[in-house]
Order: sequence, then structure tokens, then C-alpha cells
Amino acid sequence: MATTTNTVPSAGPVAGSRSFLSRLRQGDEIARMITFLFAASVVLVTLLLVFELWQGSVLPRHKFGFNFFRTSVWDPIFEQFGALPFIYGTLVTAAVSLLIAVPLGIGAAIFLAELAPARVSDTLEFFIDLLAAVPSVIYGVLGIFIVVPLMRQYVQPALKHSLGFLPLFQGPAYGVGFLTAGIVLAIMVIPYIISVSREVLLSVPRDQREAALSLGATRWESTWKVVVPFARAGIFGSIFLALARALGETMAVTMVIGNTPVISASLFSPGYSIAAVIANEFTEATGDLHTESLIELGLVLFILTFVLNGFARLLIVATSQRGSGRGQA
Amino acid sequence: MKRITGLLLVVLAVAGVLRADSALSITGAGATFPYPMYSKWFDEYHKKNANLEINYQSIGSGGGIKQVTEGTVDFGATDGPMNDEQLKAFQDKHGFRILHFPTVLGADVPSYNLPGVSAELNFTQEAISGIFLGKITKWNDPAIAAANKGVSLPANDIVVVHRSEGSGTTYIWTDYLSKVSQEWKTKVGKGASVNWPVGLGAKGNESLAGTIKNTPNSFGYVELIYAIQNSMPYGRVRNSSGAFIKADLVSVTAAAAGAAKDMPDDFRVSITDAPGKTAYPISSFTWLLVPANFSDATKREAIKGFVKWMLAEGQNYTEALSYAKLPKEVVAKELKALNDVQ
Amino acid sequence: MSPRLRWRKFVSGFMLTMTGVCALVAVSVLFLILGYLAVHGGASINWNFFTKLPVPVGETGGGLANAILGSAKMLLLATIFGVPIGFFGAIYLAEFSGGTTAFIVRYAADLLNGVPSIVIGIFAYSLVVHPFKQYSTLAGGFALGLMMIPITLRSTEEFLRAVPNPLREAAMALGASKWKTIATVIVPAAYRGILTAVLLAFARVAGETAPLLFTALGNQFWSPGWTHPSASLPVMIFTYALAPYDDWHRQAWAAGLVLLVLILVINIVARAILSRGIAVPRS
Repeated sequence: MATTTNTVPSAGPVAGSRSFLSRLRQGDEIARMITFLFAASVVLVTLLLVFELWQGSVLPRHKFGFNFFRTSVWDPIFEQFGALPFIYGTLVTAAVSLLIAVPLGIGAAIFLAELAPARVSDTLEFFIDLLAAVPSVIYGVLGIFIVVPLMRQYVQPALKHSLGFLPLFQGPAYGVGFLTAGIVLAIMVIPYIISVSREVLLSVPRDQREAALSLGATRWESTWKVVVPFARAGIFGSIFLALARALGETMAVTMVIGNTPVISASLFSPGYSIAAVIANEFTEATGDLHTESLIELGLVLFILTFVLNGFARLLIVATSQRGSGRGQA
Repeated sequence: MKRITGLLLVVLAVAGVLRADSALSITGAGATFPYPMYSKWFDEYHKKNANLEINYQSIGSGGGIKQVTEGTVDFGATDGPMNDEQLKAFQDKHGFRILHFPTVLGADVPSYNLPGVSAELNFTQEAISGIFLGKITKWNDPAIAAANKGVSLPANDIVVVHRSEGSGTTYIWTDYLSKVSQEWKTKVGKGASVNWPVGLGAKGNESLAGTIKNTPNSFGYVELIYAIQNSMPYGRVRNSSGAFIKADLVSVTAAAAGAAKDMPDDFRVSITDAPGKTAYPISSFTWLLVPANFSDATKREAIKGFVKWMLAEGQNYTEALSYAKLPKEVVAKELKALNDVQ
Repeated sequence: MSPRLRWRKFVSGFMLTMTGVCALVAVSVLFLILGYLAVHGGASINWNFFTKLPVPVGETGGGLANAILGSAKMLLLATIFGVPIGFFGAIYLAEFSGGTTAFIVRYAADLLNGVPSIVIGIFAYSLVVHPFKQYSTLAGGFALGLMMIPITLRSTEEFLRAVPNPLREAAMALGASKWKTIATVIVPAAYRGILTAVLLAFARVAGETAPLLFTALGNQFWSPGWTHPSASLPVMIFTYALAPYDDWHRQAWAAGLVLLVLILVINIVARAILSRGIAVPRS
């Protein structure tokens, strides 16, 4: 949910100067402690989660060490586990999705923030928010029943015909694969980019635009050369947020990526992602090493999304503060 | 709003409590290969015993073994028997054994999509293993053509398709390949999911079938009932006596005949590449995995009751779903073994 | 008008039109999704869908009543578990905490919010399913509840903070203790916002599939009580869509439609509640 991440200027605790005892008598200390317990439990749960993932992946860490990330054999029978194809698949599908989603999302955000009248903008934003609420399994169903056949019959043959000289678009058209997964992911992350970018663009102070226009810039030039650069950090933030979401996405990807651990230059090739292999193999991994390798993949995914989310938050907060700060001045 | 939420809460709580002890619920998980059979059986059995619900989730053979060993389900199911190591792991963990009970027989068939070829193809052991090892890459390779005289095979590349998730269908296929090809045995081995030398992975029967149907020149393996239900073409396979056999109830039953006579006490037997002139070579039993000890007596009796029913009346449902019945000797032996469940 | 200027005007007009096209494409996806689901799912929705149990593989007919009840039970548990932690945690953050603790709690919540749902599934499996040797409705509800915590917490805190300070001061000046102020003034003032936050969190987890795969598993019958494996709508959609049977595909579409309509309605209601409520400053 991209709606609630910005901090409202703090209302701040209204600290009284009464003594501890009187506060205790009035129940304030008790209320404080009770609410503190709830707040602390959030921290506790998060720590426990990290601990469980760490604890649960001891075996592969000891056995494979860093090779876990460098080798590409995933063989449950001979107990060789290398995560490279999954990491590759995760990154490639995320990259494809961003290539599609970023221009589309930013374009739409510019339209909503700069051009559309407030009523229209709010209505469209409402639809975009609804789009963000569509569960991923539904994207998966639409993916296998609609996108995959379309890709197999029309899109991939057409791409092969026109751009087949590139290694990216070679090989048989299976329908499933990196490209299809990337496209489905793109559709899923666009709403995130739009919502956040729109907010950030709206926070760019009016005078920036007016200054550019009064200097003779066209409307597009004022938008593209002044407003967008002003909001750049926040827009990047929205992209990182979308990236984090794309990396961790499970169901839709599992249903359309083809589930084959290969590293291939061709986007038509079926592949595999970290989240998908966990979903497929976690309940059926018989050996401890296999199970723990999957948990280690979970840990990798956690760290990846953690870093990206942190980065995104920083950027978004940075711009909105810059924007609103100048706006108020 | 609050009132609605409150009402919902009450209704749900009541529903939860009311249903809490109206029925005995037993959970099993595992093999997908016999899933159509099992879901039919458990449904029929529930109709006869309204107080017993046997919930079966087809999460894959590997999952069946793992979950029953972890103790998260009451029984498991698998298409490949547990190996000695897995049996020991179970014994170490629980202090008692786990027993295998064969339920039905099924078969894997080689399916293909060859535009312009309507003849039913013959496959030798060398052809199948060669294709899956990536050594035979063209449809008109002499290893395939020699067994199909009179059929004009295209010079196209073979697109190998296999299951991507752990699957009993895969176990049976790789068990067969390990028996007919030394190279496969040492390089790849047998298992529910293996490290494939070549090919394209498809998740689940559906996408495997879809891939074969939509990819010209493809070759893959599916469970017999599945090929029949989806009218996919499938070929004959040469058995150990040198005859090309098509998978059907008769040829699968014939494959079990040899094993029926000298069935080991723990029922862990592979009948791929079985002897017998009419035996279909890629056949297999599929097993329920039942712990030898139950702390809960009602559960124990319920499971034993079901296995008894399955071995008698239940066997009448098999042929409608293209599974072969268990040989009589095996049924008798299983009834005896059922006494070991305590 | 010089050619250069004309060119610039043309570029401007063209690019601005393109942004409109982008917006149109993005929004039309929603209607495409709704349309497809309505067409494919609508035809398969009938009374049986809501009242009957699934039939054996390959047979036609039956419904997903158990999955609907299963989902409802898990969501109820998730709400009971996740919302109080999020709500009281938010009160602590907004009203009691100092800088460092608040920073740590917020950071942890954001972290938890970003955890991929499949990883939540692993966590719930190793915390609830594995030790108790039982897949259950409870475990599924726990996993979903975990996901509700950070969403509820962060948005509730926003809404509490949005309550104007003079309200707090007025209550305190009248001699009310702090917790009384919170209970009688601040929370009621932010009531609509909090309700919206809870509803949105609910809608968000209602469609989650990945955390349920390893926790609630599945069940072709009614799931008795709370400690047995249970069917749920999202998992049913997943398995039915991948299965090789046309009748299951139809039911997957129908279930998808039901789930999507439910989630969209909750979203719309939540936003309607908010827009009639206190004015929350948009940042």
C-alpha cells in the first residue's frame, strides 16, 4: 500500500509535568505499558522472523557457503544446491517488468498530476488504487488463461519475426517464460509507481512550474525539465518500491514463468524465480539440506526486499520533505 | 458496521464450534499420480461413513514422504517407495516404522506432437533414454526411425518437455530410465524431481499437456489416465522381451504379475522394465504411507477401515479411471500387513 | 511562429497526449480484469458454488462453500490477531513513545510490511505448523494476521497523528488523564480513519495465497473447528487454475470473480468511510 507511508508532522506526546505516581494512579503508566507491549511485539515478531530464517538455513550456509550464490545446479537427488538460476530469473523478470512499467507508470502519473483536472485525477487514482488491490493469484489466473496463449500465438512470433536477430528474442515460443512473467509483473507494479509518483509530483510547488512557463517553456518542457527533475528522488523511490514488490511476488510468477532453473539470454526461455521455487518445493523437499536451501532462498529474498524498501522510503521521504518544505515557504 | 462484524463473529464462532466434533477428520497428503483415484475413493467412503472425512491433498510424492515424516499429516502417499535412508529417518524420529500399502497400478506414457505424423510411434529403450539425455536431438534419428519403418519422420529438433515440480509421474519415468540406461543412472538418477539434462519444465499436468499440444515436435511423458482424458497421442514402448507394448489396463496388470508372486514383505517394489512378454515397461504401484503406530485409536481404526474397504470394494472403482486393479496375491498380503498397524 | 517553436509545441502536445494514453492504458487494465472475470466467472456462479462441497477430480458440479467459509474463518482470526497489535502499537507510537523506540518500532513494521508473502509462509510454517504437527485454520489465520499488523499499525498511526493537537490539549486541560483523552477524544476523532485502515488491511490479506500454501494446506471437506487443515478461496483458485480439468477452470474463474468483487467492495467502502470523515491532511 503506497498510501500511508508519508509521515504527517508529529502531533507529539503531550507530556505532562505530573509526578510518576499520579500518572500511575490515573492509569496513564498502565496504558503506556500495555500499548508498549503491543508495539514491542511488532519488533519481536520481526526479529523472530529473521532469526527463524537464519536458524533454518544453517546447513546450506555451512556446506555451500558463498558458492550457493555462484553455482547453478539445483539437484535434489545428489544434494547440490546452487541458487544462481533463481536469482537470475528473479532479477531478469523484475528488470523486464520495470522496463515496461516505469515509462507507462511515470507517463500516467504525469498525466494525473499535471494535466488532468482534479476531479478526473482523483477518479482515475481511485481506479489505480483498486488495481493495486487485485490479489496476485488473480493476475496469475489471467496470466495463464489469457496472457500465455496470446504470447505464444501472437506476441512471441511477431517479436521473433521483427527482432529475432537479437539473442533476446530467439528460441521456441512456449508462451510461458521470462518475458511473460515480466509483463504480468509489470501490470502488477504499475499502480504502485503511479500512486507514489503522482503524490510526489503533486507535492512539487506551484511556483516551479509557473517560473518555467513564464520563461517561455512549453507545458511539456516545464513538466519534463523542471517538475520531474524536482521530484526525481521520489519517483526513483516509487520505482524501488515497485522493484521490491516485483522481486517478492510469488503466485502470479509461479503460474507463468515456466518453472525451469535455467539461465538463458533469451527472454522466451522458461525460467524460475526465488519465490516460485519456494512455493513449488517447500512442502515436498524431503532432505533437510533441500528444505534449508529453500529457507536460505527465503532469507536472500528478505534481504533483497529489505534493502530496496529502505532505499525507496528514504528517497520518497526526502522528496516530499523537500517539496512541502519549499511549498510552505 | 460494528453490529455486522459482531454478528459475523458470532455466526462464525458457532459454525466453528458446531462442526468441531461432528466428524472425525483425517489428513493425508502426497502423490498426484493417483489423485483422481484417491479423491474418488475418499468421496465415496465419506458417503458411506458420514462421520469420517479423509482429507487428501495432492502436494506431490516428495511432499507426502516429508509431511508424514514430520508428523504434520496422518498418512502419506507416494509413487516411489521411500528409500532405506528415509525409512531410517522416520524410525529414528518416531520410534516405530512406517508401512507401505500399494493401492492401484498406473503407467507413464510417452506423448508427442508431430504435425503430419498420424501413425502410433514405437519407442525403444535407447530412443527414450537418448532423447532425455539430450543425445538424440532430431526426430529422424536412426534410433527412432529404425523402430518405425514406413513412417516418414521430420528432420526437426525434438523439444523435450518434463514436469518441473516434484512429481510421482517423474519418479516412475526416471526409475524406468535408470533401469534401461546406465548413463542415466549415474548422471541423473531417479527421483520425484531431478536435475534434467535437457528440456523444458512445465508445472503440473495441465501446463505439460498444454505445452505438448501447442509445441510442434515436442516429446514428454504423462500419466496414462491423463493422456486418455485429454486425448493426447502416445506411443508404444519396447519392453524387456523386445515387444512394443501400448499402455492399457491389461499390459499394466501384466507388468504387476511378476511382482505379485514374490512381493517383498514391505511392498517396496519397482515394476518398471518388468519381465513378461505383454508387460508394459513404465508401470508402477502407488502406495499409501501409514505409520505403524497411532496414539489415537479412533484414527487408527478409521484408517485401517478405509484400507480394508479400498482393498475390497474400492478396487471396483479403479478401471473406470484407467488404473489397474491390484493382483489378488497383493491384496491378501496387504490385509495381513494391516495387522501391523497398532 | 518559428519552425523551432512549432516543433517544440508539437513535441509538447505529442508527449502530453502520450501521458494521457499511459493513464488510459493503466486504468483500462482494471476494467479488462473485471470484464474477463465477469464473463468467464459470471457464467459459472450459481447457487451450488456457494453451498456445495467440491466433487472428486474430473467430475463436474459441486461448489466451493468450504473454501468460502475457510477463508472467512482465517480472515476472522487474522483480524483478531493482527488488528489489536497494530492498533495498540499505533497508539503507543502516536501518543506515548519517544524518538528512538518509535523509530525502531516503525522500522520493524516497515520491514515486516516488505517481507514477501511467501517468506511469511515459511515463517508461519516453522513457528506454528511444524511444532504442533498440524496444518490448520489457526496457522493460516496467524500468517494472514502477521501481514495485517504492519499495515494496520502504520496507517492507524497516521490517522492518530492527524488528530489536531488542540483537541488533546483541551481534554487534558479539563483534567482528563492521558489514557482517558486517548480513549474518549483522540481515538473517536480518528475513528473513521482507523476503520478504513483496518478494512484496507483486511482487503489486502483476503487475496493472499502464498502464506496459506504451507499453513492451511487445503481440505475437500468442511474443516471442523480451528485446528484442522482448511480450504481457502485463494488456494483453491491456484490449484484449480493449474489443474487439467475444464470444470475446475470454470470454478477458478468463478472463485476469482467472487474474491475480486469482495476485495474491491471492501476497498470502495473503506474509501467512502474515509471521505465522509475528518479531513486528513494529504502530504
